[in-house]
Amino acid sequence: MSDPGLELPALALRVREHVLRMAARGGCFVGASLSCADLLVHLYTRVLRVSPARVNDPQRDYLFLSKGHDVPALYGVLAELGYLDPERLESHLSTEDSIYWHPNRAVRGVEFHSGSLGHLLAVALGVALDIRLCGGRNRVFVLLGDGELNEGSIWEACLVAAALRLDNLVAVVDRNGFQANARTEELIPLEPLAAKFEAFGWSCCSADGHDFEALDEAFSRFPLEPGRPSVVLAQTVRGKGVPSLEGRVDRWFAVFTPDEAEALVEELRGGRVAPVLGEGLVVR
Amino acid sequence: MTSGSYESALAAIAAERRDIIVMTAENRAPIRHLPALLGERFVDVGICEQTLVGAAAGLALRGRTPVAHALAAFLVMRAYEFIRTDVGIGRLPVKLVGYVPGFLSEGNGPTHQAIEDVALMRGIPGMQVFCPADEAELVAGLPAILASPQPCYVRYNALPPVCEHPAPFSIGRAECVAEGDGVAILTYGLMLREALRARAILEARHVPVQVLNLRMLKPLDEPAVLAAARGTELLVTLEDHLLTGGLHSIVAELLVRSGVRARLLALGLEERWFRPAPLPAVLRHEGLSGARVAERILETLIRPLPFHSGSSPCPIE
Repeated sequence: MSDPGLELPALALRVREHVLRMAARGGCFVGASLSCADLLVHLYTRVLRVSPARVNDPQRDYLFLSKGHDVPALYGVLAELGYLDPERLESHLSTEDSIYWHPNRAVRGVEFHSGSLGHLLAVALGVALDIRLCGGRNRVFVLLGDGELNEGSIWEACLVAAALRLDNLVAVVDRNGFQANARTEELIPLEPLAAKFEAFGWSCCSADGHDFEALDEAFSRFPLEPGRPSVVLAQTVRGKGVPSLEGRVDRWFAVFTPDEAEALVEELRGGRVAPVLGEGLVVR
Repeated sequence: MTSGSYESALAAIAAERRDIIVMTAENRAPIRHLPALLGERFVDVGICEQTLVGAAAGLALRGRTPVAHALAAFLVMRAYEFIRTDVGIGRLPVKLVGYVPGFLSEGNGPTHQAIEDVALMRGIPGMQVFCPADEAELVAGLPAILASPQPCYVRYNALPPVCEHPAPFSIGRAECVAEGDGVAILTYGLMLREALRARAILEARHVPVQVLNLRMLKPLDEPAVLAAARGTELLVTLEDHLLTGGLHSIVAELLVRSGVRARLLALGLEERWFRPAPLPAVLRHEGLSGARVAERILETLIRPLPFHSGSSPCPIE
């Protein structure tokens, strides 16, 4: 855990600025990155027992980003907390570096690559299993997208994690209500989601994913039940923090011009709403 | 647990090496005594091949060497993207053991036929492919496979010994089972037995036959294959696999890349699944029993065409 005195909202604001500026350097998945920015800030500052000096410590807590397209938010957090030189974010999509649209281990602090959805719950399960075999007390967190829950492999891994009674495994669902091109409930409805996880043998709680006090409460007690893996359904807003990007189907992947990105940063800081950006927004 | 079996060899290595974790997607037949021996180091994830491979990658991230077992068809195809993406991109030392590959699926039918497994696995950068000819070779190769830092696909074959294997196992090295300068039969896995049967028939007809047991299709023993191409009049690839992407493809690629001309007869499965039946019947029906292999080689040798005949019947007349 980093300095508990960190001002979390200010930190989250800077992380979101990084996300918007990365979108001006070849585009990125803005909507999903903004929805989980507070979650990642909270996890890295209040929950995870990890630090830049401990990235290879076998006793550290692990965080796996299973919905890898939100990696700009993670890079923003890693840059702000000293894992990653913030200047490297300037090399987004450069062939000279490894900062691209999905995470990879060439960036210090990233535990594993992802991008193909539905993979890292199983990988995290393997890590959690080894920690138990070693008698370790560290915990393994996995950030899942709600759209990602369409993948059958997630539910397969849920069955196995429950069967193995891995109570050192914690899934965090960024429940922003959207998948790439649609609202989750309109395409492949997930609700009642808590009941689904519980039926699969997990213990579940829900929290406002943008409220640090609520997240403190949610993350203060793990495992939720001994002998069961835990899941936190973090209720979030796609594009959170920038009103003109919030809660819209067409605000997922975006390429901004540098001027547009700066206008959005102003909007993020509470300034006037940026001009509607039709041309630069691409749904992929 | 039978002495000299795969299971006992794996148990012996796992007793020495605490990093070994034996995993299965509920296919326990060849490792049924290991849960009692390994305790928590034996992990059965149920019929969840994707989770099997993903979890193996996670264990490998922590420094373990997982040995993951499942039916070959489901291991390499149901979980293919997990192998490619988690194990392959991660370059993790996960060992994947596919049961009943190729003709060993016998009467199961096409759903269970892994006849493209070599093609799929060799297409993953860094992945080794080990295709033992019998259980003795499987056991002989196991220590080196488990010691390698690379991922490996093991085309499981625990049939009784086909022949003596005096050459020690070494990664990427083939075994020359018989010498001869007329025809070279290149093969792997259970087809080695048919190659030796074919050789006996051909030698009786005064056709000298070299038999090369490749053992590993990746890395391939390229010098051995090129020497066979240069030293004989006809190169035969024999496999219980689709021609596409298997040994035939591998050899053809190597010859072209090396600028070596050779007459090549490809014996394997061409664009279809095989008729489900007990192994001897499959071999006869598919024209790949030792006797049929010998006949097809003789048919090819008497043809005047100097270069590449494809598989029987000859398409170029």
